[in-house]
Amino acid sequence: MRHVIALLIENESGALSRVSGLFSARGYNIESLTVAPTEDASLSRMTIVTTGSDDIIEQITKQLNKLVDVVKVVDISESAHVERELMLIKVRATGKDREEMKRMADIFRGRIIDATDSSYIIELTGNQTKLDSFIGAIDTTLILETVRSGIVGIGRGDRILKL
Amino acid sequence: MVLTGAEIVIRCLQEEKVDYVFGYPGGAVLFIYDALFQQEKVRHILVRHEQAAIHAADAYARSTETVGVALVTSGPGATNAVTGIATAYCDSIPMVIISGQVPTAAIGQDAFQEVDTVGITRPCVKHNFLVKDPADIAATIKKAFHLAKTGRPGPVLVDIPKDVSAQSAEYHYPKSVEMRSYNPVVKGHQGQIKKALKLLLEAKRPMIYTGGGVILSDAAAPLTKLVRKLGMPITNTLMGLGGYPATDKQYLGMPGMHGTYEANMSMHFSDVLLAVGARFDDRVIGDPAHFAAEPRKIIHIDIDPSSISKRVKVDVPIVGDVKEVLEELARLLDESKHEQDTVSLATWWKQIDEWRSRDCMKYKNSDEIIKPQYVIEKLWEVTGGDAFVTSDVGQHQMWAAQYYKFDKPRRWLNSGGLGTMGVGMPYAMGAQLAHPDAQVACVTGEASIQMNIQELSTCKQFRLPIKICNLNNRYLGMVRQWQELFHGGRYSESYMDSLPDFAKLAEAYGHIGIRVDRPADVEGALREAFSRKNDLVFLDFQIDQTENVYPMVQGGKGLTEMILSAEDL
Repeated sequence: MRHVIALLIENESGALSRVSGLFSARGYNIESLTVAPTEDASLSRMTIVTTGSDDIIEQITKQLNKLVDVVKVVDISESAHVERELMLIKVRATGKDREEMKRMADIFRGRIIDATDSSYIIELTGNQTKLDSFIGAIDTTLILETVRSGIVGIGRGDRILKL
Repeated sequence: MVLTGAEIVIRCLQEEKVDYVFGYPGGAVLFIYDALFQQEKVRHILVRHEQAAIHAADAYARSTETVGVALVTSGPGATNAVTGIATAYCDSIPMVIISGQVPTAAIGQDAFQEVDTVGITRPCVKHNFLVKDPADIAATIKKAFHLAKTGRPGPVLVDIPKDVSAQSAEYHYPKSVEMRSYNPVVKGHQGQIKKALKLLLEAKRPMIYTGGGVILSDAAAPLTKLVRKLGMPITNTLMGLGGYPATDKQYLGMPGMHGTYEANMSMHFSDVLLAVGARFDDRVIGDPAHFAAEPRKIIHIDIDPSSISKRVKVDVPIVGDVKEVLEELARLLDESKHEQDTVSLATWWKQIDEWRSRDCMKYKNSDEIIKPQYVIEKLWEVTGGDAFVTSDVGQHQMWAAQYYKFDKPRRWLNSGGLGTMGVGMPYAMGAQLAHPDAQVACVTGEASIQMNIQELSTCKQFRLPIKICNLNNRYLGMVRQWQELFHGGRYSESYMDSLPDFAKLAEAYGHIGIRVDRPADVEGALREAFSRKNDLVFLDFQIDQTENVYPMVQGGKGLTEMILSAEDL
């Protein structure tokens, strides 16, 4: 089962390697991991997408909690939540492809943030499936480069991860 | 008050009432050694290899209730320390290790004696720090001691670059530590404890299984009181020996791979199992699927939530300090109107006594050749069962654990989790320094002892009168045993040719060495050794080369599938 784990960790050097080291040492999967400081600069927030049985996920949250620098851990996929990922995709845009690419970007509510004679950079946000669908919808031979941020997630309504 | 970083380090150790630091000097810690030289409160034990410094500090912690402290230099000093740190980590031993680092400006430049100590040790410490400002040293060391000894204990490393120990800063030692990210649960959940008590009292076939957590939280006394009151059978793991008196009739011996028949059968066929500060290790329960196949309710008390339901499903988890929870359990038992099912308990004891009557620890003694079990039995007699016993890793470790009956906690010092050969002598050093008047025996083998044999020199320098009982079978015994049983008797690299004459070797270091060849001389040699209160005596027992450790549960098998003796094969 896929789980999205959000955590707050002291924003200190080495914090990321403590988390990634834990996953590799214990053989847990990481599908994606994003990290950045929060509005409180002394705290970083991570979103980790992982897969595993209920037992494994239980161990993952316990082991994360055990790390001395980790302040709070929540499996946000246990209830209603929102996930978003950012993708920047550079595509060839010449001739009739140029118009078609613009049209597809519009359909997916993407924005063209850079254009040259022969290429576009399209910015797209959404959940993983939406970004996957966009890639599926365009002619993949036109893709020059993609970069994805990995997802960030947040619980809906009253579910708040804060100190 | 303005002090140098190095002076701050030493002042902090004084504040923490550290008696001994075990270490080895080098370039990156010269300022710290200079500060150490200029005071007398914190004494330093100069080892001959950094690994031994960590082990000795570890043993100092294991045999007392204090935090062990070690000091090593950068690069190879730190990497030599890693085995010791990992050993302490696996057994949850509270320690603070201070390592020197190259100057801040040189970090990342592949400087002389530079390694990423914080990176290398990260997976085998509870936490670690790199201090980049002398003004941060005091608060960091305070945190290190706090982390090492609270919650589930463990080693904490503080890496200090040379320039940081040279520069000056205002010194102030914090009185307390506040960490928003670290607040271990100490008190157990009331409702859960009540549930546990109800289960225990209703149990028809109860069993109590305790581990190193009982020793670490100093819970042997409340545990013993509670277990006696309940009248239930109890087993102590390799790490938990001495948690309950081994000479008591409710004690069934050690469980697991080389545990007793009665302990393993009782673990397996219990209907309620109370696990206290133990972690259902593979060497204890064997195959977890086989163990889980027999239905039973499990109550698990542990300070570390991640130890609970890790290898077996637990019905009543109780997170908290073992001592606090046991005391609360005892209090609730006193108040409880719930009747214990004593009729079923009596029937259960009848079954256990039947298992016991197999006498699984019996062995064939000999007049011709020394049996290792006999040496340990005699060691127990000669020391009145009251020695601090350390061991290395292998057959001799199991024989010591099986045949020395520990009635008190913190008397048995061994590397249970990591299984580190070479800990025996440094452990004995740490224990002897912590208990100068006590009898300290190091039960070892000719292979293990050679992994830190250089410490004979340290023992001479600091006059540590430890007694080394070398069970010399000229084999890497446990490897040989597995090769005999599971690899068709192909003894691949498990025989050691060209061993030293250990008695002479001990003498060369200025100690007393005695070689013992005949069973009739075992007791006399032990008495001679322990009568020499001020001397290190190295007893080199030439033991039966073919003796194996039984009973045995093969790796991957279930607890009930035991080989009781060679005849079972």
